[in-house]
Amino acid sequence: MKKMYHVQGRKPREYMKLSGSEIIIECLKKEGVDFIFGYPGGAVLHIYDALFNTDKIKHILVRHEQGATHAADGYARACGKPGVVLVTSGPGITNCVTGLATAHMDSVPMIIISGQVSRQYVGSDAFQEADATGITRPVTKHNFLIDSRESIAEVFKKAFKIATTGRPGPVLIDIPKDLTDPNVKINFEYPKKVNIRSYKPAISESEAKIQQAAKLICSAKKPMIYTGGGIILGNAHKELNTLVKKLNFPITNTLMGLGGYPATDKQFLGMLGMHGTYEANMAMHDCDVLLAIGARFDDRVTGDTSKFCPSAKIIHIDVDPSSISKIIEVDLSLIGETSKILKALNKSISPFLKHINKTSLKKWWAQIDKWKLKKCLSYKKSKNIIKPQSVIETLYEITKGQAYVTSDVGQHQMWAAQYYKFDKPNRWINSGGLGTMGFGLPAAMGVKLAYPKSDVICVTGEASILMCIQELATCLQYRLPIKVINLNNRYMGMVRQWQEFFYEGRYAMSYMEALPDFTQLANSFGHIGIQIDKPSDLEPKLKEAMKMKDRLVFVDVITDQEENVYPMIKSGQAHNEMHLSPTSKDTELA
Amino acid sequence: MKERRHIISLLVENEFGSLSRIAGLFSARGYNIHCLNVAPTNDESISRMTLVTLCDDLKISQLMKQLNKLVDVVNVKDLTEETHIEREMLLLKLKCNKKQRDEIKRLTDIFRARIIDVTDTTYTIELTGATEKILAFINSMGKIKIIEMVRSGALGISRGIDSLENIK
Repeated sequence: MKKMYHVQGRKPREYMKLSGSEIIIECLKKEGVDFIFGYPGGAVLHIYDALFNTDKIKHILVRHEQGATHAADGYARACGKPGVVLVTSGPGITNCVTGLATAHMDSVPMIIISGQVSRQYVGSDAFQEADATGITRPVTKHNFLIDSRESIAEVFKKAFKIATTGRPGPVLIDIPKDLTDPNVKINFEYPKKVNIRSYKPAISESEAKIQQAAKLICSAKKPMIYTGGGIILGNAHKELNTLVKKLNFPITNTLMGLGGYPATDKQFLGMLGMHGTYEANMAMHDCDVLLAIGARFDDRVTGDTSKFCPSAKIIHIDVDPSSISKIIEVDLSLIGETSKILKALNKSISPFLKHINKTSLKKWWAQIDKWKLKKCLSYKKSKNIIKPQSVIETLYEITKGQAYVTSDVGQHQMWAAQYYKFDKPNRWINSGGLGTMGFGLPAAMGVKLAYPKSDVICVTGEASILMCIQELATCLQYRLPIKVINLNNRYMGMVRQWQEFFYEGRYAMSYMEALPDFTQLANSFGHIGIQIDKPSDLEPKLKEAMKMKDRLVFVDVITDQEENVYPMIKSGQAHNEMHLSPTSKDTELA
Repeated sequence: MKERRHIISLLVENEFGSLSRIAGLFSARGYNIHCLNVAPTNDESISRMTLVTLCDDLKISQLMKQLNKLVDVVNVKDLTEETHIEREMLLLKLKCNKKQRDEIKRLTDIFRARIIDVTDTTYTIELTGATEKILAFINSMGKIKIIEMVRSGALGISRGIDSLENIK
């Protein structure tokens, strides 16, 4: 529906006459887009031609469309603005599917523009034709196939709104080539507002319900706060901090929520879940009131759902109504933007604070301190071989915890989450939901573009990094001095760990027998490669790498081949059934 | 938890891909669709869907939330939660010889169905009613050979002034 606003007595507005391609570029400008991650091809050549004439938007040419999606994703996670991707039809868009699914699982705002064959060829199995909207439907928040030039502007406005509001997510816009023809021009005006009658994401909770929650929270004798990515996506870390300080309750973060609460604060118990800390998991198991905020009770967090927080009343705050009671039935839910709900809760909770039982809380903290004494993240140090945990610890010290850290998926990801203490949100960027190997390097490119002056580190493993290694070329082209820290144990570490635990050490296909020389590989891409294989070299060489501010340094760290990630809750077990070391038994801990 | 039959009414944007979004949600999340019906409404920008699914209580509440989350879904309601009217239409083509004709005519009258096409070897019958009535009619055919059967699937509407078109 086109609405024209004319003020009586004035002459009608003069519209810009633009082609479909130019309209797309104008829409992106109006939305404040500064980067497009993309790869050209037949169906988007008109759009690329229009892009050629603009200097407001910088195009980053990736080396594989998957890289474009992860880069846009990393950019969005770091700075909160939607990441924008431009790819061609057919293989261009099918290569994006993994990146879309990654962003969709972790609720990252993204706009993907894909070219489509011209309208007269749609459905004819034309060259590079793929049913983009059909293929991406389950991995996007929404998608559009544009069918007229006149609707381009409105679709873009809607797409940005849908991607960035409510629970964010990727939105795909598929546009047939003929609609971008430079020779056909129409009037253009970018709508100021758009009304989508079927899309009303923000729900506000009544004061009465917020007070009910406040009352329940303050009735706790053994409280626990568990927060997830919703704090970071919802920009609610300040409100969360205020609440946690007011209450003096213990808090844990999910893998996606790290940095939502300062990791160095004394109320923080570390990450929870499968590889969470002993104290966080035990506190979850024993708590009597659980406050879950912007988290979705993922199976890697809950373990056995029938044994999850067995004696707790659960309050759940989330922007997505479908997250409520999806996995775990909760006693009270507050639906809305986490920052708004927390703000209201902070206001309403004051009169209830005096009802908190100080003695019980003190006892609870004493119990937690006892659990902390287990020092569950301690590991055996070695003089001969580099322990992967020590690499992350050293990195944390050198960067003073200020770096942006991206990761791939596997053991290195867990060690980075456990040993790099994130005090600020948006600093820890990883594929938590989908678990996409190959995410780390392109994501780091997006982060570096968003924050060129900050240290950006990609913690990876020798298996993951090879999945999107081609992006080293992109890093050279745009001079993105990322630091790649490759924890090289010559195994797909997490696969090997599971094979050790659950398949009696039959390491089926988890050994990387033909690895490249990573230092030479980095050199051939025009970067600096360093290998570290002695524990005594670790700190000086890492320091040296971090000092090279204007170069990408690929640090290949030869680590202990058979180190495992602990603590570990094996799938299907409860929070109080952790393994802290290879020899520990469940019963010792419970 | 016990599975129950739910009739879900949906108003969806009459847009490209709406139907596959809904169908895709059911298959992706492992819900079954017993029957499904889609047609335009008096508002040409909106289509109305009625679908029947078997779900336990926990699953149905999650399903309703997931349907509501779809951007194309304007409104959604579980009609089984309130008083509603349900109808289904059946077209039944029967093979019949001279001897069976009277019996078929009698059954048609009893069920208030109508014979809408006749040839020398077939009768085609139209019947409207609640699903139970449709099933009872089909069962009453006994040995009469059914050549072809078409059912619309359940259609439902709430009683009284309530309307799904009071947009969400």
